[in-house]
Amino acid sequence: MADMRVNIAGVEFKNPVITASGTFGYGREYEHFFPLSKLGGISTKGTTAEKRNGNLAPRIAETPSGILNSVGLQNPGIDKFIKVELPNLKSKDTVIIANIAGFSIEEYAKICEKLDGTNVDMIEINISCPNVKHGGAAFGTSCQSAAEVTKAVRASTKKPIIIKLSPNVTDITEIARAVEAEGADAVSLINTLLGMRIDINSRRPILKNNVGGLSGAAVFPVALRMVWQTANAVKIPVIGMGGISTWEDGIEMMLAGASAIQVGAALFKNPFAAVEIIDGMNDYLDRKGIKSVNEIVKKVQPW
Amino acid sequence: MKYMQGKYPIIASTTLAREIYDFTVCCPKIARAAEPGQFVTIAADGFPLRRPVSLCGIDKENGTIRLVFEVRGKGTKEISRLREGDMIDIIAPLGRGFRLKDYKTAILVGGGIGTPPMVPLAKIYGENCVAISGFRSAANVILQEDFKASGAKTVLCTDDGTMGRKGFVTAALREEIEIKKPDVIFACGPSPMIKGVVDIANEYGIPSQISLEERMGCGIGACLVCACRTVRNGEEFYAHVCQDGPVFESKDVIF
Ligand SMILES: Cc1cc2nc3c(=O)[nH]c(=O)nc-3n(C[C@H](O)[C@H](O)[C@H](O)COP(=O)(O)O)c2cc1C
Repeated sequence: MADMRVNIAGVEFKNPVITASGTFGYGREYEHFFPLSKLGGISTKGTTAEKRNGNLAPRIAETPSGILNSVGLQNPGIDKFIKVELPNLKSKDTVIIANIAGFSIEEYAKICEKLDGTNVDMIEINISCPNVKHGGAAFGTSCQSAAEVTKAVRASTKKPIIIKLSPNVTDITEIARAVEAEGADAVSLINTLLGMRIDINSRRPILKNNVGGLSGAAVFPVALRMVWQTANAVKIPVIGMGGISTWEDGIEMMLAGASAIQVGAALFKNPFAAVEIIDGMNDYLDRKGIKSVNEIVKKVQPW
Repeated sequence: MKYMQGKYPIIASTTLAREIYDFTVCCPKIARAAEPGQFVTIAADGFPLRRPVSLCGIDKENGTIRLVFEVRGKGTKEISRLREGDMIDIIAPLGRGFRLKDYKTAILVGGGIGTPPMVPLAKIYGENCVAISGFRSAANVILQEDFKASGAKTVLCTDDGTMGRKGFVTAALREEIEIKKPDVIFACGPSPMIKGVVDIANEYGIPSQISLEERMGCGIGACLVCACRTVRNGEEFYAHVCQDGPVFESKDVIF
């Protein structure tokens, strides 16, 4: 047994595999398949200040080796999360990361203040939401607004903060540096890539929202490249995700520079994907005689 | 009840009509737990999403379930290539099925590939139900023998009149209600049909339950993609077809 433990911003994970926000709800559904304690951590469904219904259906479309989604952050709101879901999650013996989203800087700060008084382990800040006050461009697409969100959440909680970066930018490393400078404890990437599909008979987009976020195996090489670039640009830990479906993908992602990884869309086909990835990575380390998973982080040898 | 994932043997496979396949799968634990109206999701080799298929038969004694599905695209085409003896990767039983409560008599309305989930209900209600099904044309007609074998009064409609009576299921439904008003109406089919059935049920003050379809992701209620507009506690709430459905009380659904 290799040592699978990793430490991110002072929080110890029993292994580096975390289930990705929005694909794992608040853990209740997948618990029918395996004990949640097997996971390194859980990043919860993106939660906002007030409850939200999200967008109209259809909110999913299949693509070659991927999926598009346009859920639109359906969630019960932060108060219900804290009252009902968090106590349940915290009894599961795994790291709980509250993924949150806001449509204004004040909303992000307010949610973090509420979480500060709870026993949640970490907060992951999704900055892919549109900034309603400033024309709707996502907070995560400019260094300035990403930095402003980071500054505001940093001031409102002592919990470790992970800023989740959007790949829909020209240079993700600039954004990563900007949030690092404002006190982010870690960054996670990538969120989904904006995409679209059209039904050729009805001439209608398949998603009722017209566009949606691409994830799944199709995005893996893009995610890997962005994680590698980001890991070379910042000193804080990078949590890598985007299309990880097998243990080999997990190893690749850590070699590229991820200190931990998240698994999302792959769960839809194989609900055991995350636990199989943990086992497969552990076997790989044993076969290679590597004692700790930390030894492979950023160990790619670029040409 | 807990759903489970596994690979189970297909012990019989046939074709019911053009591009409509009928698999019998041996999975005793699932069969024991399954209820009419629930569904399974099937993994298709090479595709990232599973395909939901509703249960057309539940044989608790023999430990089998029956899956009748239509080829709609490349994923279902891939699944349709499976044959007797092959293993099929499913998660089941999923969702909330029909609530039979103390309803003693029922009318079942199935349209096209919405007909299969009506078969287990016909088995339960037997002579105490009328099974109305509608198809485009004679070539698309399926499952009529199953309804007859269950003892249900079986009414067949085709849009073009090439088999059974000509016209939509809604006309037949109205006639059957006039003959004998049932305690409940169960329906599954294309949305215009469902809407028509629910309007008639409401007109006669008969409770109705409908099985809905939506594009799904995880199939177990975690990813929240398969939203259905409903009213819950007096407020609009986007329920999820995979977990809160696929069967809904039609009074809760916003059309
Ligand atoms: C259905 C669905 C819902 C998602 N919801 C959220 C969310 O609420 N917050 C968030 O930060 N990311 C969300 N994501 C993005 C994932 O967490 C992840 O960043 C992305 O899907 C890439 O990983 P994957 O390819 O392993 O799925 C969602 C993804 C999917 C597929």
